[in-house]
Amino acid sequence: MAAPLLKVQGVSKHFGGFTALSEVSIAIAPGERFGLIGPNGSGKTTLINCISGSLRNDGGSIEFGGEEISGLAAYQRTRKGIARSFQIPRPFHSMSVLENLLVPYEYVVHLKHSDAEHQAMEILRRIGLADKARAQSNQLSQVELRKLELARAMAAKPRLLISDEAMAGLSGSEVDEVLKILFSLNAEGITIIMIEHIMQAVMRFSQRVICLDAGKIICEGTPETIVANAEVQRAYLGA
Amino acid sequence: MKYSLGAAAVLVIAFVTAVSGVNEYFFYAAFVVLQFMVLATAWNILGGYAGYVNFGTAAFFAIGSYTAVVLFKWLGAPLAVQIAAAAVVSGLLGFGVGLLTLRLRGIFFAIATVAIIFIMETMMMNWRYVGGATGLQLLRPDVLQPFASYTRMLFFVMALLAVIAVSVARYVQVSWIGRGLRAIRDSEEAAECSGVPTLKLKLFACTVSGALMGAAGAPMPMYLSFIEPASSFSLNYSVSALAMPMIGGTVHWLGPVIGALLLGSIQQIVTVTISSEINVLVIGVLLVLFVVFAPDGVLGLFKKLWPRRS
Repeated sequence: MAAPLLKVQGVSKHFGGFTALSEVSIAIAPGERFGLIGPNGSGKTTLINCISGSLRNDGGSIEFGGEEISGLAAYQRTRKGIARSFQIPRPFHSMSVLENLLVPYEYVVHLKHSDAEHQAMEILRRIGLADKARAQSNQLSQVELRKLELARAMAAKPRLLISDEAMAGLSGSEVDEVLKILFSLNAEGITIIMIEHIMQAVMRFSQRVICLDAGKIICEGTPETIVANAEVQRAYLGA
Repeated sequence: MKYSLGAAAVLVIAFVTAVSGVNEYFFYAAFVVLQFMVLATAWNILGGYAGYVNFGTAAFFAIGSYTAVVLFKWLGAPLAVQIAAAAVVSGLLGFGVGLLTLRLRGIFFAIATVAIIFIMETMMMNWRYVGGATGLQLLRPDVLQPFASYTRMLFFVMALLAVIAVSVARYVQVSWIGRGLRAIRDSEEAAECSGVPTLKLKLFACTVSGALMGAAGAPMPMYLSFIEPASSFSLNYSVSALAMPMIGGTVHWLGPVIGALLLGSIQQIVTVTISSEINVLVIGVLLVLFVVFAPDGVLGLFKKLWPRRS
């Protein structure tokens, strides 16, 4: 493997006496499509919170592009190229859909207003929200909110995009739509971490998958080996 | 452009009125209304745009007053210098308070800001140089030409401060800073992950807000020819500065202006015609009515009635 884009080494996170992550290590190559699965409460979101900076890891190191980032604030990590969507959508509800995207354009990409608006519209068209561009974001449906989460993350022009259950609640054709977008982003060179419960989607999308259970990695490998793994079947897939 | 013309027009009208033959009492009352306009506008920069409810307005305001008094007593500094220094001191106070408290969210931040009032009030109460608990009588210097009385001059000065405060708030609102503050209000975590340096922006808002509150407090000792801690640190300032934007509307710079004009004028009228105690009740009742029936304030009401125009 080439020098990893993201290297998580021995990362732990405790909440009081509860260990959410213990000594998790992963390395993700530039341009990789990486899947993260595991039962509810296994630490998936905690792990990406530590990577994106919403939480600070208690132990271990996180390197991005060869640089230690675990001391940086979340906004600095976003500026270095890590963008994420939230599992529970957190839109800027007082703003229009378009304005939601202007925030990362102004604060991360530092674009002129007119250029930013132009490019934001481009993303909205791509993700299928163009006709809602002027709508208040608090009037969107659940599905549209998930798309907005993804669109806002895309607007930050990331090198690493973390998609936290962007497809939950979407219909079959909508899942295909989002998958297509993620594939095309990946083709443009963006590394993608996908957290998803829709197994079909993760397995189709990922080149490599890890399965977390109770804060530990229980299996790592290609989608085929993961599905075949006895421990994964016991902890998550339910054999 | 349209805004600058409007602001200039307001100043010209204020000046012409101040040198005209209008009854002296008008300036006495209008000064207070304008002072609340500055306070409400300043409060709204942090409380309205960023959603951090600051109950410590009285502290920033009074520290501005006390800074002015110290400079006046010590150096005989002119009013302009007093105001500038008050803005700096209260701005620094805002920065310091922000550093200590802005990591707290929601109700915890609000509680912490109340504490600032009591801390500052206790300090001033025990400082003999500024009169301690009994207060300090001040002798007004000569009024500057072309104003016929000190109150008239102070009225114009406060009108100038109001225009400055509103201009600053408007700039913050329409610039990239305003979008960042709104993002913070909507979801701090998402803002941070969209590249918004939330702590820096909140500190900026708290500092600017504090500085404007301090500037508003600086002319107060000269207005009363007196300073004393209990009334300077009165919670009424905190409550009014919060109620006015809430009633006018917090999302736009016009909101606090409307709120201050409306509530401030009603208070002045009620004070004269009924009693000075009732005017506090007026704030309370209006605040409850607006929170229940028009949570987005007067501006929100207009938006609802005439959706096209906005």
